[in-house]
Amino acid sequence: MDFSLSEEQQLLKDSITQFVDKDYQFDIRQRNVSSDLGYSSEFWKTFADLGWLGMPFSEEDGGYNGGPTDLMVIMESLGRGLVVEPYIPNVVLAGGLISRLGSSEQKSNLLPKIISGENQMSVAFSEPQSRFNLSDVITSAKKDGDNYILDGYKSVVMNGPSSNFIIIVARTSGKQLEEKGLTLFLLDPSLEGVSLRNYSNVDGSKASEVTLESVTVSSSTMLGKEGEAYNSLEEVIDLATLAISAEAIGIMEKMNEITLEYTKTREQFGETLSSFQALQHRMVDTFMAYEQTKSLLLMCAAKLTDKTEDASKSVSALKYQVGIAAKHVGEEAVQLHGGMGVTDETNIGHYFKRLTTIRAIFGNTDYHLKRYSDL
Amino acid sequence: MNLSFSEEDLKFQDEVRSFIADNYPADIKNKMDNGIPVSKEDIQTWQKILSKKGWFAINWPEEYGGTGWTVTQKHIFQNELANANTPTLVPFGVSMCGPVIYSFGNQEQKDKFLPGIINNDVWWCQGYSEPGSGSDLASLKTKAVKDGDHYIVNGTKTWTTMAQHADWIFCLVRTETTDIKQQGISFLLIDMKTPGVEVKPIITIDGSHEVNMVYLDNVKVPVENLIGEEGAGWNIAKFLLAHERTGIGGIPTLKREIRRLREITSELPLGDGFLKDDDLFMDKLNKLEIDLLAAEYSELRTLAAMSKGGHPGPESSILKIKGTDLQQGLSDLFVEAIGYYAHPFMSEDDLASNEGRIGPDFAANIMPHYLNMRKVSIYGGSNEIQRNVIAKAVLGI
Repeated sequence: MDFSLSEEQQLLKDSITQFVDKDYQFDIRQRNVSSDLGYSSEFWKTFADLGWLGMPFSEEDGGYNGGPTDLMVIMESLGRGLVVEPYIPNVVLAGGLISRLGSSEQKSNLLPKIISGENQMSVAFSEPQSRFNLSDVITSAKKDGDNYILDGYKSVVMNGPSSNFIIIVARTSGKQLEEKGLTLFLLDPSLEGVSLRNYSNVDGSKASEVTLESVTVSSSTMLGKEGEAYNSLEEVIDLATLAISAEAIGIMEKMNEITLEYTKTREQFGETLSSFQALQHRMVDTFMAYEQTKSLLLMCAAKLTDKTEDASKSVSALKYQVGIAAKHVGEEAVQLHGGMGVTDETNIGHYFKRLTTIRAIFGNTDYHLKRYSDL
Repeated sequence: MNLSFSEEDLKFQDEVRSFIADNYPADIKNKMDNGIPVSKEDIQTWQKILSKKGWFAINWPEEYGGTGWTVTQKHIFQNELANANTPTLVPFGVSMCGPVIYSFGNQEQKDKFLPGIINNDVWWCQGYSEPGSGSDLASLKTKAVKDGDHYIVNGTKTWTTMAQHADWIFCLVRTETTDIKQQGISFLLIDMKTPGVEVKPIITIDGSHEVNMVYLDNVKVPVENLIGEEGAGWNIAKFLLAHERTGIGGIPTLKREIRRLREITSELPLGDGFLKDDDLFMDKLNKLEIDLLAAEYSELRTLAAMSKGGHPGPESSILKIKGTDLQQGLSDLFVEAIGYYAHPFMSEDDLASNEGRIGPDFAANIMPHYLNMRKVSIYGGSNEIQRNVIAKAVLGI
């Protein structure tokens, strides 16, 4: 039994922590968030230069062979810094699908550009009626000679506005909820019939509503085999769920620290808030919530690494716990800050907003509780 | 025990209902029903309609323009307003400053200020909290120093709701530094147009501008604007906080909102069915409704006691805690209901234009509302302070 990080992982963690502490100050983050792009392309280049964007890819694909634990280390550290740059949509989702399903040509065309930070990508997996169910897909792809015709609507596509390519999950056969019949297409969003409605999310990230109206794509844009995308999609979303859970745990750890520090300095009734036992107990509870969730994170990373039979089930256990703890820790941090907690100028409210959106991303507590009991 | 309404009460209910149906302006209703922010003018228009009918200052004594309604009638009235989704009445004049003036003010002050409040010509805001004085309100530092027939006021007030719209502010100020901090506090009315009053917006996490900092820099205030005795401000503050806490639970509004959420579960597609088919979600909705029923009947018990001559006491702290818990819980359930569509951010301007919403029409203000509701367990005496009140005043510990 050893829960400690390897030497390389510790170095990785130190390097991200150093970046976050030194370069990623809150006011700089806020400036970048309010820019048109919504993040810093300069920082994105830094991520590439430091090798973070290549971490999960095999050496053959130009990466560093990192596993789920490395991903966890990266996301936890990025979470502590409330980093808004789109690591998950690019590297984990798009990169994950291309590296699993891409032809050697697709891989050599796309992966180096993800790793170098030149390409921005996203995956359009959700639809208005699907909530979190990956197999619920109405968007259709009909074969037409050497082409496919895409029709449908994809909702809240993370990183959509910046993307050079959007991977579309479409149905080539089967009924709305069937796992069989899902096919992926690498879509160039400038094609005729594609329209994007771009917007900012409450957590500062960017997203798009994507409408597809008789969009003709060549069959060479298909990623993987026709009708058989589901298993890889689920596998990649599992990994992305680990990643976003790690981000949430980084955020919770940081929020607990900020709150504790605040209560040690803020005085009311002639004493610091931290001296009141009623508040001490609540901070103990949020600390325990963080610890419990962190334990499941480590368990889940280990199971995904070993590809155990219950790996997916452990992902749902983790995300359920993240949802519960995120609400608890986030709301308490704001409450203990009093009025300051709800102002736009203090960082705690922005950590809270990201933590709140994470509760739903890749499935909320209800979804994962049900998936846990079904698996 | 008899928990049903009398025939007279039912007749009254019909009267209120048809008055609202006939007089609630369609444009304001449209905004309220579609989550479009209402303006100061909208609120003023609606409040003036109630005023004209004599139904605005419902809790005031009849001699000052109140209704003389029974507790049950007031309860029915609040319920009908909430059912019709009318704008929340702004409490600072009618529920807070007005009662202070008719309870503690002299005849001159009553004549000068009460008509403006009841007719909705003068808008008030509340100058209580300061940057260093939140829960510990009595530690406030804003100073008023007497200089002939004026006070010279210096200090900073914060979390001042609607200060950007207000004509007047009622303030707690320190007129004397004493060993016991509750002494030496006075209740002073200040015209916002006085030189030295500066309002700066505080933007909150939902992106809205509700609250402000109010800076008071050598503000000259006539001594006749002092309410009650110099140094007696803390008693007035306590009186006012009890007033603020009743009704803070917002139970009638919660009842309407939970009905709305139930409707939404039949509108939101989920797979090849609707959200209402999701047992886990519906369990949560039903649990919350039961909790709301408990709070509603707790409030009715309090009202019944008041109708027999009791005063709102520490029970109002229970209602504040439970009501705000429910407001927050329900706002969270709305967020859960709409999944990813809670995430797109709509600014106040986006909402006002009511164009290009993302996802279902009703989704746009659900996340802002959840974020905004974080304040309710902080303001009006934080829920921690309310628990202290209950521990002391009810449990006697």
